[in-house]
Amino acid sequence: MSDRIFGVVGLLLAIGFALAAFAIEESFLSDAVGPKAFPLIIATVLGLSSIVIALKPDPEPEWPALPRLAEVLAAVVVMILYAELLPEIGFVIATAFAATYLTWRLGSGLIASVVTGIGTSLGIYVIFHMVLGLSLARGPLGF
Amino acid sequence: MDTLASLADGFAIALTWQNILLALLGCFLGTIMGALPGLGPSNGVAILIPLAFTLGLGATPSLILLTSVYYGAMYGGRISSILLNIPGDEPAMMTCLDGHPMARKGMAGQALSLSGIASFVGAFFATWGLIFLAPQLVKIALLFGPAEYFALFALAFMTLGGVSSTNQAKSAFAAALGLGLAMVGVDTQTGVPRFTFGEVHLYDGLDFLVAIVGLFALSEVFIFLEKRHGEADASAPVKIGRLTPPMKMLKDTAPTMARSTVLGFLAGVLPGAGASLGSFISYSLEKRLVDKDGKTFGKGDPRGVAAPEAGNNAAAGGALVPMLALGVPGSGTTAVLLAVLLALNITPGPLLFTQNPDVVWGLIAALFIANFMLLAMNIPMVGLFTRVLMVPPRILMPVVAMVSFVGIYGISGSSFDLVVMIGFGVMGWVLRKLDVPLVPIILGTLLGNSMENNLRRAITIDNGDWWTLIDSPLSIGLWLFATIGFILPLIVGRKVKSKMHERRDEEGSISD
Repeated sequence: MSDRIFGVVGLLLAIGFALAAFAIEESFLSDAVGPKAFPLIIATVLGLSSIVIALKPDPEPEWPALPRLAEVLAAVVVMILYAELLPEIGFVIATAFAATYLTWRLGSGLIASVVTGIGTSLGIYVIFHMVLGLSLARGPLGF
Repeated sequence: MDTLASLADGFAIALTWQNILLALLGCFLGTIMGALPGLGPSNGVAILIPLAFTLGLGATPSLILLTSVYYGAMYGGRISSILLNIPGDEPAMMTCLDGHPMARKGMAGQALSLSGIASFVGAFFATWGLIFLAPQLVKIALLFGPAEYFALFALAFMTLGGVSSTNQAKSAFAAALGLGLAMVGVDTQTGVPRFTFGEVHLYDGLDFLVAIVGLFALSEVFIFLEKRHGEADASAPVKIGRLTPPMKMLKDTAPTMARSTVLGFLAGVLPGAGASLGSFISYSLEKRLVDKDGKTFGKGDPRGVAAPEAGNNAAAGGALVPMLALGVPGSGTTAVLLAVLLALNITPGPLLFTQNPDVVWGLIAALFIANFMLLAMNIPMVGLFTRVLMVPPRILMPVVAMVSFVGIYGISGSSFDLVVMIGFGVMGWVLRKLDVPLVPIILGTLLGNSMENNLRRAITIDNGDWWTLIDSPLSIGLWLFATIGFILPLIVGRKVKSKMHERRDEEGSISD
């Protein structure tokens, strides 16, 4: 069933891609092929392979149970928050929080996670910023 | 003699303190990444690319660092295969079969050092093979026009699924998806924006480094979160014992190493094979050749350790041949290395050898240096690496995620790119669940634009005649080879794959 859904989604993607390709505005100065042709070839391959996937599905993959799925989703949300907050609160604080969260969710105890999280953050800061001189996000506190 | 003179120049470039230190660092990190289950050559290199890039290393030093990681990971994979019976990365899968039984007989140290030597032999001679074969391939490649290049790219995509692919539709889907992603941004020939939907960030196109790190490194983190590997912490390694193999064992396995090196190298050079297949072919042929009744193989035969290790390291060297000479990688990790070259504004291919000989020969010299370092590191220091194996994934994976973020943020300093990377991470996770290979996606985003440019150039030269694509014997040959490469797995794929994956690490691990 997963592969059938996947194939249908792929087909819709291919159709969308083809429509977007037709919508490309051609410039008056164009080569013999133009900017549309290759994307249309790709859309064809994408569509055909999607149809084959939908018609000849593989055995069902093992999807995680709902709580595990929620786990992955929560991690995604944390990572997006991390990406958005990084320039606001600075590298060290943001990374400490994100690393703590991930360590905790991967099965460490709460206190151990906080220690690992802060350790990871400071470790990366020392190695990459102080030793290697990489510029990391600077927060209001300067680190 | 020309070749040897160039090689000497290469050594002059590679033998600076900075480069030696980078090679040492790369070998060390690579061995660790190879040894840790869950991190393999392709995601190891992927995480480090943005770092090498933001540190402002030049072309040769970055390449030296990253290819040392590549070779190191090929060495490191065997450590966990032998000690824990878990392959550290895909190519080390076959090493489990005889390596772990040897360890259980109390010969872990001997298995480790023997496989270290086998790895060295494989990689050393494969590097010589690279030196002599790549310039020959360059001579052929200089005859290529745009039409032939277009066919060559098509060949790369059609064979990338590999002989072990069971579902060519999914490989084709992945390639088309990657090519489609490459189309985003301003068209280089006419200057019109494509697929940007008015988003200014997309006018430059998607940065392929963002895609690579997201697909390879972050998706691994999601897989771990889903499985919660933290609960199954690394088990205590078995006793190591004596660390040098007896002379007799070396003598017995020498012919095995020689055969496996040749086979592995060939498997590496051919498109669509790569290191996993190299070790698989070497092991199965050796088994058929020296152990006809199946008495000793699988029960701790030293030859069963030497064969796959020599094979996969030789394949790693062989896979560099098409990548450097043609600009078309034949395996996952070399696809990632291609990204390094492109990020450094170096176009691999025949012109690389004439325009940037310092890069090519410096790289090859560095491979030799890295190889000796790895041999030195992997025999006496193997105890250190076994201790690294005790680091549980629940600590390691967050570090991987955070280092990925640091690298990408270092390049662009924009939160937008980080969010795109997370998007790729999620996409990578879903696609791995669905058994869609990730390597064609990466290759598509890397090669998409030059593939299109070659197509348009070929047809423009011929005044809009599409038949020009199959006009010359060379391009007809390439198309023929591509078609065979695409159809063959449909016939034999299922059989090869089921044999190769009898003892597979985890579902959806990234093949190489």
